[in-house]
Amino acid sequence: MRLFLMRLRGFLKKETLQIIRDPSSIALALVMPLALLFIFGYGVNLDAEYIPVAVVSSSSGTIERDLVSRFDLSSNFDVIRVADMREAEELMQKRQVDAIIQLQPDFSARLSGGSPNGRMQAPVQLILNGIDANRARLIEGYLRSIVRKWVESRQVQGEAAAGPLIAISQRIWFNEGAESRNFMVPGLITLIMTLIGILLTALVVAREWERGTMEAMLVTPLRRIDILLGKILPYYVLGMLGMGMSVMVAILVFDVPFRGSVTALLVLSSLFMLASLGFGLLLSAAIRIQFVAAQVSIVAGFLPAFFLSGLIFDIESTPLPIQIVSHIVPARYFITISHTLFMAGDIWEVLLPNGLVLAGMSLFFLTMAYKKISKRLEK
Amino acid sequence: MDSLRRILALVMKEFVTILKDPKSRFVIIGPPIIQFFVFGYAATYDLENVRYAVFDESRSALSRELIAGVEGSGKFRLTGYLEDERQVAEFIDQEKARLVIHIGSDFEKQLQVSKPVLVQVIADGRNPNVALIALGYLGTIVQDYNKSLVERGLVQLSGPGLQLVERSWFNENLRSRWFIVSALGGLISMVVVMILTSLSVAREREFGTFDQLLVAPFTPGEILIGKSLPGIVFGLLDALIFAAGAVYWFAVPFRGTIAALVVSLLCFIVAIVGIGLLVSSLSMTMQQGLLGAFLFIMPAVTLSGLATPVENMPMWLQQADLLNPVRYIIVALRNIFLEGADLYMVWPYVWPLLIMSCVNLPLAAWMFRHRAV
Amino acid sequence: MTEVKNDTSQVVLSASAVCKEFPVQGKPAVKALDQVTLAAHKGAVTGLVGADGAGKTTLIRIAAGLLIPTAGKVTLLGLDSVEDSLEIQSRVGYMPQKFGLYQDLSVMENMNLYADLQGVAMGERKERYGRLLEMTDLARYTKRRAGALSGGMKQKLGLACALIKSPELLLLDEPTVGVDPVSRRELWKIVYELVEKDGIGVFVSTAYLDEAERCDHVLVLHQGKLMAEGAPEKFTATMKGRVCLVTPSQKISGRGLYTRLAGSRGVVDTTIRSGRVRAVLGAADPSVLHAVLGGLDAEVEVVEPHFEDAFMAMIPRGHDHVEVVSEVAPDNAPTHAAKSSDALVHTHDLGKMFGDFAAVKNLSFSVKRGEIFGLLGPNGAGKSTTFRMLCGLLPASSGEIQVAGHDLLKSRAQARARLGYMAQQFSLYGQLSVAENLSFFGKVYGLYGKKLKERIGWAYNEFSLGDWRDTSAFGLPGGYKQRLAMAAALLHEPDILFLDEPTSGVDPFARREFWLRINGFAEQGVTVVVTTHFMEEAEYCDRMLIMSQGETLAMGTPAEIRDLAKSPQNPRPTMDDAFICLAEGRVPVSQHGNGGE
Repeated sequence: MRLFLMRLRGFLKKETLQIIRDPSSIALALVMPLALLFIFGYGVNLDAEYIPVAVVSSSSGTIERDLVSRFDLSSNFDVIRVADMREAEELMQKRQVDAIIQLQPDFSARLSGGSPNGRMQAPVQLILNGIDANRARLIEGYLRSIVRKWVESRQVQGEAAAGPLIAISQRIWFNEGAESRNFMVPGLITLIMTLIGILLTALVVAREWERGTMEAMLVTPLRRIDILLGKILPYYVLGMLGMGMSVMVAILVFDVPFRGSVTALLVLSSLFMLASLGFGLLLSAAIRIQFVAAQVSIVAGFLPAFFLSGLIFDIESTPLPIQIVSHIVPARYFITISHTLFMAGDIWEVLLPNGLVLAGMSLFFLTMAYKKISKRLEK
Repeated sequence: MDSLRRILALVMKEFVTILKDPKSRFVIIGPPIIQFFVFGYAATYDLENVRYAVFDESRSALSRELIAGVEGSGKFRLTGYLEDERQVAEFIDQEKARLVIHIGSDFEKQLQVSKPVLVQVIADGRNPNVALIALGYLGTIVQDYNKSLVERGLVQLSGPGLQLVERSWFNENLRSRWFIVSALGGLISMVVVMILTSLSVAREREFGTFDQLLVAPFTPGEILIGKSLPGIVFGLLDALIFAAGAVYWFAVPFRGTIAALVVSLLCFIVAIVGIGLLVSSLSMTMQQGLLGAFLFIMPAVTLSGLATPVENMPMWLQQADLLNPVRYIIVALRNIFLEGADLYMVWPYVWPLLIMSCVNLPLAAWMFRHRAV
Repeated sequence: MTEVKNDTSQVVLSASAVCKEFPVQGKPAVKALDQVTLAAHKGAVTGLVGADGAGKTTLIRIAAGLLIPTAGKVTLLGLDSVEDSLEIQSRVGYMPQKFGLYQDLSVMENMNLYADLQGVAMGERKERYGRLLEMTDLARYTKRRAGALSGGMKQKLGLACALIKSPELLLLDEPTVGVDPVSRRELWKIVYELVEKDGIGVFVSTAYLDEAERCDHVLVLHQGKLMAEGAPEKFTATMKGRVCLVTPSQKISGRGLYTRLAGSRGVVDTTIRSGRVRAVLGAADPSVLHAVLGGLDAEVEVVEPHFEDAFMAMIPRGHDHVEVVSEVAPDNAPTHAAKSSDALVHTHDLGKMFGDFAAVKNLSFSVKRGEIFGLLGPNGAGKSTTFRMLCGLLPASSGEIQVAGHDLLKSRAQARARLGYMAQQFSLYGQLSVAENLSFFGKVYGLYGKKLKERIGWAYNEFSLGDWRDTSAFGLPGGYKQRLAMAAALLHEPDILFLDEPTSGVDPFARREFWLRINGFAEQGVTVVVTTHFMEEAEYCDRMLIMSQGETLAMGTPAEIRDLAKSPQNPRPTMDDAFICLAEGRVPVSQHGNGGE
């Protein structure tokens, strides 16, 4: 036992000194996550603001002016008033506006005048640039909610008789403003931890093979468990540091709410970190060349975490085979966990099953890595 | 003449090295195609199978009709009928449903007397994008249902209502797959070109063969041409295959001109080759080259506008993004595919790429000889 | 030693019928070791010698428990190398060829690490460290990072780490490769001290044949088989009367003599030593030499044999043993080795700074047409830096360089066309076949069509590469890689040949072959600039420059350099002696230009 502790201490000290002295692992573990967090945090934003729209309104009645001023006041739109449709279409062609809102010349007459059969309607025409379908839908949604609020306020003032028959009163729980940053930033933390866990461990072990230090290690009385622990602990600490830092930035800089408990975050992120580290070690036990290790860890670790974790694209909307494949990606489970912890709180019905899967995965990867670590040169 | 022969020998050598090694042959063919299809299918903002639950206190014919309308849209999947208000929290909290539609007990009664009625929808905001899009779908469904109520005369409209009439240009059904897939090819071929070129000089440096080239009577320009051509050829080939795949496999319309497509892709690939070679000529080892490529690819892709619109970013980032070659090709490709752009119309996106090439390529050539230890 | 050997309790390492095969895809497995049976004893140094690929490293790795033998058994200290590898690893010190020092860690931190891993008790450390640091003379550098140590110091630190827990057996795999003569001598001193004071057993593999002579017992491996074993004296005894030194005369130069003898029947091996040609004969009959030397007035003296002579005579040469150098003289070069006075390569006050570190200081020399000029010195002396500056690969910080009238860094590309360059490590395109490599380099230097075909044909002949033309360069055996690299450098018939450490990591056979060739090209008028850290190779140069830590230690002909170390005790010093004298400052550093301008 004493010898075991001594060996472990020596090994850990060496890893720590190496991490401290080698700027590249610090960069990889601490600087890159922050850079990524800022790039993604600012760059990936699905909320649109100041969308240029052309408003075509030939009459200048008070009702029209009132409605158009609502568009103007909204921070979602940047209104460009044009006299006729031809001009608006030209702007759209030149991509200077993303949508055209057209009010018919008899808009106010129709709206206030009513009609004998009571079925007459005042149409607001919306023409969208559909190239970015997602954006088009957002514009439609924004317009709809502005119009609805306008109608409601008219009803309150008694200016309008009735609004739509069935209206939706929507409430978005956990994220009232539906801010995508609250969603993106916790997800990014998951990506960053994947990166540290897999890339760093895979590279570090491959580097020892390339520099010949591994051979010298193997002939010392180190046991396999020493190697496993010695490689996991420092990078676990480093990864958790990177995560802690990212969480601080998320809360302090990006104003993301954190509603769960720190203990739950610690426990669950440890499980995820261990799964990533185990996967990285497993890769490194098989790959002894840094170049290949980097490629494999990006292709097998990072890209799936990016595309198949549900962060950028909704998994449930993808074809079935892709959904099935996504179940072997650890990041998928941790993304669910981190979103719940940040926005919803300690909901154990969500955290527990996902946490158990992660625990199972880390156990699997670590045992596999332990089995794969060989004290011989041959594989 | 001698110069031409030397370049030819170098180009031949580059092609043989790339194509002879099964691993690098695979890198330019295998993963790109897999990525194209996986991401082509995975990368969509259109929702399907959105899990929802209904808490119907009205239990009336009309409320059932509304729910049937939701069910019939094909976008939603029912996961539960709630009996109790408390279950709402349970379903949302535990992610059993992403939306709960709550229909009040007075739903039918109010409608029969033509009074407006509210339907409450609770959405899980943990994924706000999904929540907003799903709410948008619901809004359309409810609007259609309103219209049908009036048209069938089941409900009298007391006064004139406001009606939103919408029409989309270029992508009539608002399919986001068109939007993603039309530009995806450019992105993936960029990754291929970046990896190929960022390793090309670094590998020779690591194996010491670059010294051989520098000692040989090559001018830096000749080495540059020899090193660029394979990247350009493979990148363009990949990109054109993906363009064909988008049209013939994913059925994305192609409304522009072939000339515009080829010219803008070519300019883009040359610009990327310039960056790749610059990264490569700055690196002493393949690892550094790969890291450099990764450092470029990550932000370039993130800020390219492929997944999220450039316009949504803060102004300072949008301005910095003017240096990102990927953003130009993404806009250009979308314009060519969906808007029918010709050469004249894509020119604003082509000239920045040309300028980037003119800066990066000579810089890389200069680095060949001056970055040496 | 013989009395010790019979006592089995003294055996620290024994191998019985050990075989090791490495699987090769699609081909029959490579037999690295074939039925090797041997023993090493306590209190003795057992040397393992053999050419590249003989199986030395494989054997040591099996002993260290890093590889599992395909058949047979290796026992260390009575323990099985496979079953008890953990126990063995705590009682045996092992130093791999490329020792696993952590470059980012300081000397002391490296030692601490290995002490922790080996479980050396805290109380014992101080004393142990003190002894090891004193022995290795590293006490002054404990805070320095391992990466910043010189090659020799790194090896000594590696040895110290391997010795951290006073092992009962020490396994050393080529511990002195690339180490300067001074450090080599020190390493051996440490090894002897351990054997004498602690009585441990040492099992060492080496490529330096002179080191074999320092062992108590020598094992000769050849192609995976144990060829011979015994005390070095036993080997040299068989060579009595078969080694002669031939002194060049007025009628024939040393180099001419060397070329002539190398191809002669009955001569097994030729080298240049201290200005004379050392010839090893197939039989103890010097009369074969007289037949060759008839009328040349060359004086023949029978001398004491060395282990190297025995080794060279014992190992069968492959069929591809180099023939006489090509008759085809490069047609552009002057056929006579006219040592015209025009300096083809010239530097003046050349300096190179890397940050604050001066890698090369005030270097001035010039090389004349048709000369072989050697840049000598241990690893890290600044040879490669100088070399890269000469070739235009690295800008100089100060001073001037002219190669054939140009500064290659600034001159037009065409100025480089008359240059041949062979880099330190094998640096041709590994994935390309021999034919593709040759054709590429030919075209790069403006050869095409018939001329290109003709030159490639010449290369196939000259370097016996014809059979390998479709093999990828990575797949070539070591010696052939060397040949291919040289063929590529010579394809365009350059006037000047730059060779950077062409013999580093090459076995004695390939080295001899190589120098024979270089000699031939120089005879044909090619100017050769060559770097090496093998001091004895300096003998093949016309003139040379010895560097150490960026400074010029001496410059001149081999004889002039050797004379610097001449003393009553040592009337015929070797190059090694000269280097040691120079490095230890026993000789005033020669004035530059002494032998140069």
